Amino acid sequence: MRISLFIACYNDMLFPETGKAVVTVLERLGHTVEFSLEQTCCGQMHYNTGYQDEAVPLVRRFVEIFRNAEVICIPSSSCVAMVRDHYPKIAHKTGDVALAHEIDALLPRVFEFSELLVQKLGVEDVGAYFPHRVTYHASCHGLRNLQLGDTPLRLLRNVRGIDLVELENIEQCCGFGGTFAVKNADVSSAMLAEKVSAVLNTEAEVCTACDNSCLMHIWGALHRQRTSVHTTHLAEILASGGMDSTP
Amino acid sequence: MKQAPLTQIGLNPQTAKDFPVAAKLLLEDAQLRKNVRHATDVIQAKRAQVVSEQTDWQQLREAGRAIREHTLEYLEFYLKQFEQNCQRAGGQVSWARDATEAAQIIVSLVQQESASEVIKIKTMTSEEIRLNEALETAGIRAYETDLAELIIQLGKDSPSHIVVPALHKNRQQVRDIFAREMHLPELGDKPQDLTEAARKFLREKFLRVKVGVSGANFLIADTGGVCIVESEGNGRMCLTLPETLIAVAGIDKVIPRFQDMEVFLQLLPRSATGERMNPYNSIWTGVHPGDGPKRFHIVLLDNARTEILEDAEARQTLYCIRCGACQNACPVYRQTGGHAYGSVYAGPIGAILTPQLQHMEHAQSLPYASSLCGACYEVCPVKINIPEVLIHLRGRIVRERQQGLSKLNPENIGMQAVASIFRSRRRFEAAQRLARIGQWPFLRHGEVIERLPGFLHGWTQVRDLKPVPQQSFRNWWQQREEQPSGKKDDAVSSEPS
Repeated sequence: MRISLFIACYNDMLFPETGKAVVTVLERLGHTVEFSLEQTCCGQMHYNTGYQDEAVPLVRRFVEIFRNAEVICIPSSSCVAMVRDHYPKIAHKTGDVALAHEIDALLPRVFEFSELLVQKLGVEDVGAYFPHRVTYHASCHGLRNLQLGDTPLRLLRNVRGIDLVELENIEQCCGFGGTFAVKNADVSSAMLAEKVSAVLNTEAEVCTACDNSCLMHIWGALHRQRTSVHTTHLAEILASGGMDSTP
Repeated sequence: MKQAPLTQIGLNPQTAKDFPVAAKLLLEDAQLRKNVRHATDVIQAKRAQVVSEQTDWQQLREAGRAIREHTLEYLEFYLKQFEQNCQRAGGQVSWARDATEAAQIIVSLVQQESASEVIKIKTMTSEEIRLNEALETAGIRAYETDLAELIIQLGKDSPSHIVVPALHKNRQQVRDIFAREMHLPELGDKPQDLTEAARKFLREKFLRVKVGVSGANFLIADTGGVCIVESEGNGRMCLTLPETLIAVAGIDKVIPRFQDMEVFLQLLPRSATGERMNPYNSIWTGVHPGDGPKRFHIVLLDNARTEILEDAEARQTLYCIRCGACQNACPVYRQTGGHAYGSVYAGPIGAILTPQLQHMEHAQSLPYASSLCGACYEVCPVKINIPEVLIHLRGRIVRERQQGLSKLNPENIGMQAVASIFRSRRRFEAAQRLARIGQWPFLRHGEVIERLPGFLHGWTQVRDLKPVPQQSFRNWWQQREEQPSGKKDDAVSSEPS
């Protein structure tokens, strides 16, 4: 399958390892990965902060880049939620009927990374090896907008050597929320403190998720508190081990 | 325990602070946070239990939303129908444009009865119109009869939750308030002690006071009936013992048919208090000789509701049936409690309702008092997409701040710059390069960013930041594409990074 990668702006710049891991996993499964250098941002930050007019050109840009894609893979639940839940409304508001049609046609081809593997490609075992104690943080967008359920966990359970431990209060937000973390820094910090203590209670070496945004937030406190817990995107765990997989 | 000063000042829109400022103060009150956490945990667990028993819960939510949507679409029709049927049954209907007018109408109705005191059932709408203050100014004494509202009133406090107004107080604190205000120095702090004290204090008022004031959970258009659900029986007393009953309700409270109660009396108690049914469900229609109050007045309040109705994207705010489930589920509310919102309507519903009811400066901070986690939408019995409305209201605020000179605010300038970067590959790549270079002054040992300037300081007050790596994903991709074909890099090891 020809899979077009939308890496997400912050992954591109801050978390290149996640992108590399996505490419590794998909190629290992025998797919062709394409990456358009024209891509930038889905517009989520502007849209969610109230700069909705400013998001419109970014919506158009996304559609132009991906209109001919066979399948679009996005290793970020919140960006998928932006595209899936908000693009249709944005197009509708612009009154541009053609844009709205294009988005309707595009949406069935847009997948979050774990969603793509399990729901579209039917793969739960990607042949990874990751001999560490790991806990999974369910991001709010993955949990509620994408309804990922146990999709990421099914992938993790098939990783060789992994010691997967459940995170208590898994449905609680970590307090990131994009600009919320700086606009309401004190409340955000209080929410984060609870999430971090839940992570520490698992005694995991690694906290993983489908969103580097939450992980960046959680890592920020884990590191400030001088703990040894790492944060790693799900894709990086699934790319680990280098074992040949023929699922 | 340290008492945050905010709990002592009323929820006055004129003096309320911006959410982040108020939240910061409340976060220092460890006892309050513990109380809020405990109470919301208990209610959420009860709710989860009784919702899970209901196999058609999602269909019920759909039905609830559909009825509310339809009602608001034809609001004028149903309000007129309610008015006619209520009047036909002997009720008097008044219409109030805003809070001040509603309070004035009620004050003059009480004065018509030559009464100097009223007994009240918990009504958040009366808090919205600041009725108790208006009554006091007119020399009329109001007695709150709901246990939680009594605690609030005696403690000179403000409600912090729409269903459980004194949720921020624990038993010992309630005991202290009762002991002081009811002159009961020996009072114990067991639930029985406290309810017994309240009962004795209130019983005499129920029997003496001639005018009752209530809100309404539902106005039933096809019968002209009014419905109140409650748990303590104080409502039933107020609805039946006084000679005159005055109800105040937002115009959004109407539902088309008596039959629709089937849906809402399943949704509301389960969502609000985690009960299958409320202990007391009262529905009354006008007046009946020899049974209950001789005179019944209802004041229908607009107070910006028709404006909300006109905004297609915000209209769903009015679907709310005031169950408070979104407050219990909200991770922000659970940290700060309700007073941080500076309004009787706190939590997620308050964050969308308050800025639409009042355009005060503090209200502009409320749509941002959310991480958009969606827990509120998930539990809402009438499926109000609160995150969607929050985003919509943020948009309204941003566009207002882009008018004239205020468009020079730093946030707008920054967001415009970033938007421009994202519109061009060339600028995006240049910005990536610039970030790699620009971060050097903030890097500690070349490994981590521990302190950032300006508004970004909010991030680094409790969090570190990883530096921008020297190679972006796109750089890696370009390099890889330039390699001769064959085995491509797969630069991932099994060591967590």
